[in-house]
Amino acid sequence: MAVLDLRGISKHFGAIEALAGVDFSLEAGQIVGLMGDNGAGKSTLVKIMAGNFPPSSGEIVLEGKSVHFHKPVDARAAGIEVVYQDLALCNNLSASANVFLGRERKRRFGPFSILDDRSMHDRSRELFAELKSETRPADTVRMMSGGQRQAVAIARTHLSQAKIVLMDEPTAAISVRQVAEVLDLLRRLRDQGMAVVLISHRMPDVFSVADKIVVLRRGHKVADKPIGESSPEEVTGLITGAIKAA
Amino acid sequence: MATETTLPRPSQGTVQQILGKQAFWVTISVFLIPVAMTVIEPSFSAAFWKEDNFFNVTRNFAFIAIMALGQVAVIITGGIDLSVGSVLAVCGIVLGLLMSNDYSFWLSAFVTILAGVACGGFNGYLISYLKLSPFVVTLGMLSIGRSLALAISNNKFFYKFGHDQTLLIELGGGRTFGVANPVIVLVVLTVIMGFVLRYTKWGRHLYAVGGNEHAARLTGVPVDRLKVSVYVLSGFMTAVSAILTVGWLGSVTNGLGIGYELRVIASTVIGGANLAGGEGGAYAAFIGAALIEVIRNSLLLAGVDPYWQGTFVGLFIIFAVLLERIRGRKVN
Repeated sequence: MAVLDLRGISKHFGAIEALAGVDFSLEAGQIVGLMGDNGAGKSTLVKIMAGNFPPSSGEIVLEGKSVHFHKPVDARAAGIEVVYQDLALCNNLSASANVFLGRERKRRFGPFSILDDRSMHDRSRELFAELKSETRPADTVRMMSGGQRQAVAIARTHLSQAKIVLMDEPTAAISVRQVAEVLDLLRRLRDQGMAVVLISHRMPDVFSVADKIVVLRRGHKVADKPIGESSPEEVTGLITGAIKAA
Repeated sequence: MATETTLPRPSQGTVQQILGKQAFWVTISVFLIPVAMTVIEPSFSAAFWKEDNFFNVTRNFAFIAIMALGQVAVIITGGIDLSVGSVLAVCGIVLGLLMSNDYSFWLSAFVTILAGVACGGFNGYLISYLKLSPFVVTLGMLSIGRSLALAISNNKFFYKFGHDQTLLIELGGGRTFGVANPVIVLVVLTVIMGFVLRYTKWGRHLYAVGGNEHAARLTGVPVDRLKVSVYVLSGFMTAVSAILTVGWLGSVTNGLGIGYELRVIASTVIGGANLAGGEGGAYAAFIGAALIEVIRNSLLLAGVDPYWQGTFVGLFIIFAVLLERIRGRKVN
């Protein structure tokens, strides 16, 4: 059964039709590569799943139940985590403070409650270890490499038992060596039974990790098939419009 | 991972952390400046190293430093509060008006604090919910506050404070165990603010908003409410400072606090707060205000024409920012 099912999702911004009746389903332990040119509707689709804004029409079904998200926190509470393209990290805070941002662990002393930094450090250290990253919880994000920053952003999605992780261009702004690191992280998420959506422009990345590929063109879904049945040439054709649908 | 080993390890030991803090170097300067002046000008030492002078210096900077504690919270979120000088006048006039009409000190002080909180709340609401720029809103409040002070006081000057006059004068001008009362208030507030900024969720969220407001919002930090709270805090601290200032001066006019916003902001910046947000602390506000007063006092006692004070303080502000830039370059 699909963890997430989007049915007939449309989104209009005034006269602009960003998405037109897109169906999209996502299963546990699966990486879906979501591709398309700039303006094809990838970001809009992700933002709808992440609760940034509601669809103009269509239905979001999460584990068999219809859901409505009003803000990103709602989607997160339902088990959908997003790793934003810019990672949404605070450079001036430590790795563990970023992991727990908005969900801090506290200790109570009567009417007061204070941050439980030790517990947050310990948990972050475990999460980084699971991701096989050597990121240290107390280090400031400003001091970190691109790969370590990715690890912090991804560790954040592990904090609660997320079912779905949306990754928006995770490999766009990092070095070639760090790309391999990030793709490994994605495989680990899949192996832990999460459903991962990888939005990327980079064909080799998608073909090396994805199980399924979905291509959007001008707001329409033009392909939705197992990666083995497609090829980079076909996807390029679909993205540019040389091939109408596959 | 393999990439790890090739990276320089950031050194974040306790010693390096302290050495990397601007507040640490400012603290050194606070002690070094008078020592240097003593060496250069022997007659200076007799005047400076006296208990009376210590009392004066600490008391003089307490009023500014209390306001700086509120300001630093605003600056951490990436905002600025230019209205504190005018709000100080509004609060002082409210206190003076009530007490001169023989209301009790406690009631008057309570209303004064409400006035400060209301001004801060007004700033915070416009900034958070109407998304107006903090600079413009608080600049507007700077003008509104000064005008309110004139209107409320009807351009009168208050120097009689009714039946609780001695209490007010004692609180602002008196001493406890040889320490000026405003200094005690300042120390207590600094400790509380330092603790709150470091150990509470509210404090952590202030730094998050200053570091990356968009990220904070996405992770569910209540950014708008948080922003209102810092301007309210700034108004509160200004009201506390107003009560102590009026007690110390023994009178209040609507000209109270003109130009204070610059001294308050300068204190936080000298202490190491970053006007771009995300950096600063309670101790930064405290020590920054202390340094300005030590410079002022040292120059005065060394017989330097007081007209030059502004130049020296200004140079220190620029120097502080320069220091920040040099440290930033080392990190990157």
